[in-house]
Amino acid sequence: MFEKTGVAAPEMVLEKFPSVERINRGPVAVVECYQKIPCNPCQTACPLGAIEIGDDINNIPQRDEELCGGCGLCVSKCPGLAIMIVDGSKSPDSVEFRIPYEFLPLPAAGETVLGLDRAGRPLCRAKVLKVLNPPSFDRTPVVTLEVERKYLYTFRNFRREAEEHG
Amino acid sequence: MRITEHPILRFDRGKELSFTFNGQPMKGYEGETIAAALHAAGVKVLAKSEKLHRPRGFFCAIGNCASCQMTVDGEPNVRTCITLLREGMKVESQEGKGRLQ
Amino acid sequence: MREVELLIIGSGPAGLCAALSAAESGARALILERSFRPGGQLVKQTHMFFGSERQYASHRGVDIAELLLKKLAEYGERIELMLNATAVGFYEDNVVTVLKDEKEYFKIRAKSVVCATGAFEKSLAFPNNDLPGIYGAGAVQTLMNVYGVRPGNRVLMVGAGNIGVIVSYQLLQAGIEVAAVLDAAPRIGAYLVHASKLARMGVPILTSHTVKEAVGTDCLEAAVVWALDEKFKPIPGTERRFDVDVMCVSVGLSPLNELLAMRGAEMKYVPQLSGLVPLRSENCETGIPGVFVAGDASGIEEASSAMAEGWLAGLCAAAKLGYVPADFEARRREYLSQLENLRSGPVGERIRAGMKLSLLEGGMRDV
Repeated sequence: MFEKTGVAAPEMVLEKFPSVERINRGPVAVVECYQKIPCNPCQTACPLGAIEIGDDINNIPQRDEELCGGCGLCVSKCPGLAIMIVDGSKSPDSVEFRIPYEFLPLPAAGETVLGLDRAGRPLCRAKVLKVLNPPSFDRTPVVTLEVERKYLYTFRNFRREAEEHG
Repeated sequence: MRITEHPILRFDRGKELSFTFNGQPMKGYEGETIAAALHAAGVKVLAKSEKLHRPRGFFCAIGNCASCQMTVDGEPNVRTCITLLREGMKVESQEGKGRLQ
Repeated sequence: MREVELLIIGSGPAGLCAALSAAESGARALILERSFRPGGQLVKQTHMFFGSERQYASHRGVDIAELLLKKLAEYGERIELMLNATAVGFYEDNVVTVLKDEKEYFKIRAKSVVCATGAFEKSLAFPNNDLPGIYGAGAVQTLMNVYGVRPGNRVLMVGAGNIGVIVSYQLLQAGIEVAAVLDAAPRIGAYLVHASKLARMGVPILTSHTVKEAVGTDCLEAAVVWALDEKFKPIPGTERRFDVDVMCVSVGLSPLNELLAMRGAEMKYVPQLSGLVPLRSENCETGIPGVFVAGDASGIEEASSAMAEGWLAGLCAAAKLGYVPADFEARRREYLSQLENLRSGPVGERIRAGMKLSLLEGGMRDV
């Protein structure tokens, strides 16, 4: 199905996630790269050597969940915008996501937005905590959102909708 | 029809230019092509085909396909998708091969 | 007649890299560019490129164009860039005829030539496919990303290859609705990360679908699409209508290389490379000594490969002129390894097969 729709199946997604124990310890990258394509900026971007592709640029990146510090430098460098950071250390009820978002207008911290799943379907409310867009991100802003924990494996995007407020 | 805000790009439009399309006064910007200026003004039909008089718009925007040919300042078959707009240009839609004036 | 050492036709990614590479070896180059703006199709690529840092991966195409042009300027008059200059003929003894500013017509004789003329978008046959509002996907990309003009309000994208999917995403970035992306093939041709970017924005990708007809009087008003079976036959009764004022056709590119055919280079139809391509050596040299080809003109690939081919062709074309730097072999191996790397994975399988078919006999020999 993935090759027909672009929407990864739940079991594929699950395989890319670090352990819950690791997520609860603090921020860590989820690299949703499922296809062998010639691309390696994530490996180059990682200051800790936590993402490995190896000599063959077509290899699928392997993220070491123990080495990864969840700094997020890879998020805005991935040409496929396939990386996000998850952090389950803040609360037992919610998870923080850091996702790339290349659309205008950008949301503001404190705003409530509509959380979407991998097929762009409405999923939940999400609270915007922070929007980072420094020059080093080269116009791929990264948005931090707080999402209910039960959407850990399904939340992937959001839509800013005025009528969604309140 | 113009994009004002864009997450990646900034559009530094040049000086505003005046031109006419089939005698109607129009505005465009320096640095853009005739076809882009017309499209921004909502004009998509640039010409009519030779035999069946079907409407023609641009297709390739890089000067390959000849679908955007118009008569400009009396000169027929100008590829408007790659020809820059100039102040005072007289742009006319063209029937078929056009005619030398 | 003007005489030059190295003539490069086209200033897209391949042509610019060929010029830089040749200049690095010490050669002087003249680049002909038919447009009023250099950079070829890089100037409208707002997405980050794939590949490795050796092909500026993670940089946006539009910024890569600027970067390459800045490097070009550092060579001063060693690289001359002539804009609004279309190469219209390519004759014996490497005489190229040029139409400048649509007025002036003159000849240039070059000792060596790199043909980096790129590609053009294919069209698709269906009733009313000539209605205004139906454009090549690249054309819409030019309109919105170069000129900042909205192509319309609601778009149907035909073709789920990299261009179709990337342009769809860029349409969303420009605030334009994308109704759906279609592809006749049963699978998405684009890199799936690109498809996922689009899917999570809620844009449906309909594989095994094609256009039945376009509807409209003066301009496109709607499109009727239908499903295809495994044999690519339309299934009656599956028709769906999309009310759209724009349709983008993104069903592949064809290499643009008539100049090489005119010059007498041996051409071959290689479907894996999307059309008629010149036979060439491993070093991008055609069967005519001193005449090279690089980028999409040699077969349709990604811009990252076009740049690597440009570096290789420029290096080897300069070597033909006697500019053989001390690190020639090291550089040659480096560019070849970049190409091998970019083509080595499963998505490069077709390209690898195409490359084999388009190699000149004995083409693996060193220069």
